[in-house]
Amino acid sequence: MRFPIFMDYHSTTPVDPRVLDEMLPFFTEDFGNAASRNHAFGWKAEEAVERGRNRIASLIHSDPKEIVFTSGATESNNLALKGVAEMYAEKGDHIITCVTEHKAILDTCKRLEKLGKRVTYLPVDGFGQIDLNQLMEFITDKTVLISIMYANNEVGTLQKIREIGRIAKEKGVLFHSDATQAVGKIPVDVIDLNVDLMSLSAHKMYGPKGVGALYVRKKNPRVRLVAQMDGGGHERGMRSGTLNVTGIVGFGKACEVAQESMTEEMQRLSHLRDRLKRGIESKLDEVFLNGHPTERLPNNLNISFAYVEGESLLMGLDDVAVSSGSACTSASLEPSYVLKALGVGEDLAHTSIRFGLGRFNTEEEVDYVTDKVITNVNRLRDMSPLYEMAKEGIDLKKVSWQRE
Amino acid sequence: MAYTDKVIDHYKNPRNVGSMDKNDPAVGTGVVGAPECGDVMKLQLRINDRTGVIEDAKFKTFGCGSAIASSSLVTEWVKGKTVDEALTIKNTEIVQELSLPPIKIHCSVLAEDAIRAAISDYKKKNS
Repeated sequence: MRFPIFMDYHSTTPVDPRVLDEMLPFFTEDFGNAASRNHAFGWKAEEAVERGRNRIASLIHSDPKEIVFTSGATESNNLALKGVAEMYAEKGDHIITCVTEHKAILDTCKRLEKLGKRVTYLPVDGFGQIDLNQLMEFITDKTVLISIMYANNEVGTLQKIREIGRIAKEKGVLFHSDATQAVGKIPVDVIDLNVDLMSLSAHKMYGPKGVGALYVRKKNPRVRLVAQMDGGGHERGMRSGTLNVTGIVGFGKACEVAQESMTEEMQRLSHLRDRLKRGIESKLDEVFLNGHPTERLPNNLNISFAYVEGESLLMGLDDVAVSSGSACTSASLEPSYVLKALGVGEDLAHTSIRFGLGRFNTEEEVDYVTDKVITNVNRLRDMSPLYEMAKEGIDLKKVSWQRE
Repeated sequence: MAYTDKVIDHYKNPRNVGSMDKNDPAVGTGVVGAPECGDVMKLQLRINDRTGVIEDAKFKTFGCGSAIASSSLVTEWVKGKTVDEALTIKNTEIVQELSLPPIKIHCSVLAEDAIRAAISDYKKKNS
């Protein structure tokens, strides 16, 4: 085993060696600008970009012309929301999204609200899914966009994207989905899902950082956007800026590898994830799964370890890279807003750990992490006044705590 | 965020973890913080009623590594001190000793509060 063990694949992923191999010549030899139309360097770069575009389109079953390259999912989300809001301003001023979205959606919506748009933030149930009836109730003739993420980055919950797409289509409202955590991990088909816009990121699927894409439907309906970056009119005018050729080459290769290995990888990762969960649950009481028991990413496990503060547990897992929803790990001193939205009490939110499994994790690593988690949770519970009180039969909810 | 060696040492080898009988009149118990804030410290002091000297100290803490280190450190510091001396311990001294970053200062405040709470409990019991 190599240490530290990386089990935080929702944050980012290493570049797959097959991806890197394909990228390397485009840094030094085939370094042309894909927009140079009149020499061999440009032609070669453009050809590489189009090959990448085709591979990405193939993975999500879109037309290559529907792929707009960006710097990553944050930019894609910004472009989708701001671009649609601006383009369809005459039709309406209302956007529907949900409370567990990534900050790249929520903060973009906050900005749009400052610019006079109205935004509805749908709540989620205890598993992290929105209520479809509620979604329908909030749609008005002024609604121009619904933006709901495919898979949540913290708890891994999958939204009912196909149903949401169907509702949006029936109501004639555009539908955007931030599919950053889903694409490359689970099958995603934009036709089947009735998605009109979709955000993608390369570095979450074994491609390089700094490159992403926005899928923009070309027909039925044809989606139009106001560009948010002015310049040379690249990407059919939707996103100016010299194309990141090496990044796009890597992104494309990452999509090809994902497409070839997805079925096997989903099985392997859900097996590892379930092994981790079972291993932990077999030795520890009062551990709680956050998110949906079945409708979740195959590589995600988010667990609260009652009476053990998350950051202190991370400190014990000193040769393992995982993350926590504890306030202590965030700059804001607030525990995870996602867990809060699911109705997880703040006490339990502080004790949550997110395990994100990925392509290079092994069964041996999972067993090592399982043992290490158990040892540390037991040690910290022995040190926890809350665990002691709970074992004495004291109801922690009824204690009058002395708050700072 | 990287932890200082002293915080790691207290986290890995916490001093004086444990509990005393909270009904013992010689024991003062202080529980400060709240689970939903992510920090709860319990500090217990065994105090000699004749000399006013803190003869033993035990803690249990739910919280981050800095909170554990802060409470572990104060158990070391208060032992052998009189109650009045212990009350002069300031959170800034804890911050300095453990080199806590600004975002962790509240851990040191909580540890100082725990000393006061434990002593006040002892005084209430023995008044």
